[in-house]
Amino acid sequence: LPRAPAVLKKRLVKLVVNFLFYFRTDEAEPIGALLLEHCKITKEEENIFSISFIEEPERKYCFECATEEQCQEWVEALRKASYEFLRKSLIFYRNEIQKMTGKDPLEQYGISEEARFQLGAHRQ
Amino acid sequence: MKLNERSLAFYATCDSPADNSGFLYKRGERHTAYHRRWFVLKGNMLFYFEERDSREPVGVIVLEGCNVELCDSAENFAFAIRFGGSKSRTYVLAAESQAAMESWVKSLSRASFDYMRLVVRELEKQLQEMSRGLAGGCGGSQDAPGLWKPKPSGLEQSRERLPALPAILPKENGCAVWNNALGADRPPDTSGCAGHMDEEGTPRPPPLPPRRRVSNGEAARAVAESPSTFCRLHEQYSREVARLRQDWQQRRRGPQP
Repeated sequence: LPRAPAVLKKRLVKLVVNFLFYFRTDEAEPIGALLLEHCKITKEEENIFSISFIEEPERKYCFECATEEQCQEWVEALRKASYEFLRKSLIFYRNEIQKMTGKDPLEQYGISEEARFQLGAHRQ
Repeated sequence: MKLNERSLAFYATCDSPADNSGFLYKRGERHTAYHRRWFVLKGNMLFYFEERDSREPVGVIVLEGCNVELCDSAENFAFAIRFGGSKSRTYVLAAESQAAMESWVKSLSRASFDYMRLVVRELEKQLQEMSRGLAGGCGGSQDAPGLWKPKPSGLEQSRERLPALPAILPKENGCAVWNNALGADRPPDTSGCAGHMDEEGTPRPPPLPPRRRVSNGEAARAVAESPSTFCRLHEQYSREVARLRQDWQQRRRGPQP
């Protein structure tokens, strides 16, 4: 697992579903977590990226990685980490498959009417 | 454990549509009274508020690695959200009608990120199989190149190129014929992997939302995926749009028809 030291403190960072957990490197319990919804991942200078949230855009959580390559990996992974991103992908694929086959691919799973798989307008 | 609470509260109260919302009774921690709360489900987060118009949630339940089940309770229309692990709590909730209870149980059991990811991967695979099938000609008896016309390439030749026009696939094509029915009450596949294609190319349905207990290994997994098909397709379409725009602009500048 990549270590991502912040400017002052070295932390072990783990991405689990749409949460970014951070640990003091030798402990089992995380110190804290960031929910990764409505956030912006910005590539800063070399080896550094930051996370900021829509409701507080000036506040940046900065992370420095060991290598530039690792930094790029993290930026990419974090940008796709939100539930809302996953939802959009699903809707996109669903539409593509429907266009190609004329069939809704979710029908066979019995979930085509589920609110969570509809475009914004149809949900509660 | 610290949490970015402001961001959580924002997610809970912003005007993105909820996947479910309504009043539920929530049993107190020490098995005492039920409290009526306003619940909002967004993604894999179940927020609850004191009142419907409260500005901030009172609490949140993260719906990963849990089971949602009906439960025996003095309270009518009761159901539980059960987490694995020795220290974990079970949340007992009660709806105000049979219909509301069923609706909540259904939406909560499909709320996890893991489940969403499962479905996305399955669809991604289907799309890839279809594209490959169309590009190479499906292995079945029907070969139907005349049914669809690929756009003359402004697009790069790529194995995953989709036809510009909607394609009608021959019925014998294993990719286009779905004859699996996934019943809602089927016992789940606890392996957690997506459905596989068998020899004939008929896909097995993916497992239902996992009813597994949380295992320690799951929690310690870091995710770093390579560029997804979605990103590639998105890029493809944006190149197409850019090219069309360029064409249009050139035509505007050119001689009048």
